Amino acid sequence: MGFIKGIFNAVADPRLFFLLAVGALLVAVWKREAVASNTVGYGMLALLGVFFAFGTFDPNFRLIVTKPDNVPIVGLIFLLLFFVWYSIREGVLNDRRIAAGNGPIEKAESDRVWVWPDLVYTELISLILCSVVLIVWSILLKAPLEQPANPANTPNPSKAPWYFLGLQEMLVYFDPWLAGVVLPGLIIVGLICIPYIDKNPKGNGYYTFTERKAEITIFLFGFAVLWASLIVLGTFLRGPNWNFFGPFEFWDIHKLAALTNVNLSEYVWVRALRTSYPSMWIVRELPGIILVLFYVLALPVILAKGLFKRYFEKLGAPRYYVTAFLFLMMMSLPIKMLARWIFNLKYIVAIPEIFFNI
Amino acid sequence: MADTKTVAPKEGPATQFWNWLTETQVWTSVFRHERPNTDRNRVLVMLSNIFLHLHPVRIRKSGVKLRYTWCMGGLSFFLFLSLTLTGLLLMFYYRPTLEYAYTDIVGLREHVPLGIMREMHRWGAHAMVITVWLHMFRVFMTGSYKPPREFNWSVGVIMLVLTLLLSFTGYLLPWDQLAIWAITVGSNMARATPFLGHEGPGAQLLRLGDVPLIHAADDARFALLGGTFVGEGALLRFYVLHCVGLPLGIAVLMAVHFWRVRKDGGISGPM
Repeated sequence: MGFIKGIFNAVADPRLFFLLAVGALLVAVWKREAVASNTVGYGMLALLGVFFAFGTFDPNFRLIVTKPDNVPIVGLIFLLLFFVWYSIREGVLNDRRIAAGNGPIEKAESDRVWVWPDLVYTELISLILCSVVLIVWSILLKAPLEQPANPANTPNPSKAPWYFLGLQEMLVYFDPWLAGVVLPGLIIVGLICIPYIDKNPKGNGYYTFTERKAEITIFLFGFAVLWASLIVLGTFLRGPNWNFFGPFEFWDIHKLAALTNVNLSEYVWVRALRTSYPSMWIVRELPGIILVLFYVLALPVILAKGLFKRYFEKLGAPRYYVTAFLFLMMMSLPIKMLARWIFNLKYIVAIPEIFFNI
Repeated sequence: MADTKTVAPKEGPATQFWNWLTETQVWTSVFRHERPNTDRNRVLVMLSNIFLHLHPVRIRKSGVKLRYTWCMGGLSFFLFLSLTLTGLLLMFYYRPTLEYAYTDIVGLREHVPLGIMREMHRWGAHAMVITVWLHMFRVFMTGSYKPPREFNWSVGVIMLVLTLLLSFTGYLLPWDQLAIWAITVGSNMARATPFLGHEGPGAQLLRLGDVPLIHAADDARFALLGGTFVGEGALLRFYVLHCVGLPLGIAVLMAVHFWRVRKDGGISGPM
């Protein structure tokens, strides 16, 4: 039993956890014909159910999962997995119909029905079921209330509300001005931009995967892997001092994690050139600044001529550059993660003099 | 169209009562048409009732299927209504001051037998965040943001932000350790706002001689909290935003959102 828990603790490590989430997405997309079967979908949910049932016998697991505010996130895990699987399945089923020349199922269902009774009764039943679920949930689980607010006593860990824990997890890799302000702002802007940069006329009003491969894969990566799985990580696997703790691990406040991270400037000046730092920060950080400028300004142009040539031609220059910028901003998180894990890189640009660290 | 069965029995005193009732002046003043069991009356019921008038008269068959819609948009709206109702009741007993906020919540918990209003409000709020996400996810996966619905997707994104802000501002109100530290962690981000936060990049550039224009007592975080830390000012500010400002804003956007669903051709479907 301890051995099994040890395996789960090891797999839950942020590095493996994230790579597994990416892997799961790639498999779900690539092997979608197989993933679409009911056996895979419901089997996956059943296995997850067994895992949670198994876990509740462990005191550490039970403590964190049954925290009242964490219960909705357990629900979210199941709901999200189900709906990601379900939407891929519906897409696959429609793709088969389209390939056979029948058109999507929604096309066959495009004749009109009366709103009364067909829709109003569905709404009424949903409303009643939702009320029942909410009332039963409220009776069974008390809303949390801790000690009265005390500004002098900081809890460890201090966590933001659960829906922001993905952003708080980003603080491991970015400074607050990026993780808490700029990147969340870009998420909102990016979401609003989606309909204006997506010029693919297909897949409007029905489930499909084949007709929208890139759009759906990128969205699933942003939503399911970056946003949702980091929330799960931040909620269940981050303990005191924001250290990592496996699901069956005791939240030991004295756990030590070595902070061996170094800045790019140290790699360049100290380790590679074997010299001391230049006295002016603009010179000291020049390699990092060049790298960032290359990433933001030059890389989209290079990609437009190479890898993304097809998209550049399809979207036109303005749409392409907005898309490329938003995409690169999204990818900056996994890139920074990998740089941290592989090179112990802390900052690419570090100018504490003006609170400007990237 | 499938015929719906008539609600009233054919014979007996119940029918007589029903016939009498539906012919009274009171009944006919409220309902201007007969029961919606003919095509004509199914149209009339939609057109003569302001609440049902949100709907079209007829709708795509796929639009009434859970398989297609997941019902997540409707549930988000219903949860919002339920949160408005439970929130209104909670407002009767809650005073947003340092002196009373926590004790009023304790009172709700200890002095109300079988009380579940606070639970329904809190779990409903968590559920609404989830249903809004899943609604957006469904809209994305069916490509329903594509023309002519681009603008409505954008309105929806703003409503997502307002939903999160509603939940965030409500999180502070119990005024316990969970509340103030979650809000402290969240609002600390604001002081790193570029140029507008006193620890944000560029803020130091905004100065007149030796006088900094952006400091801890006038930056973005100060505007959010009404103070330099999560205290009385923040509690009042969050309370007002939570109970009045943000619900008004999201209600207006909901009207736009639902209106545009109708105007953009009803629930999405293949052309």
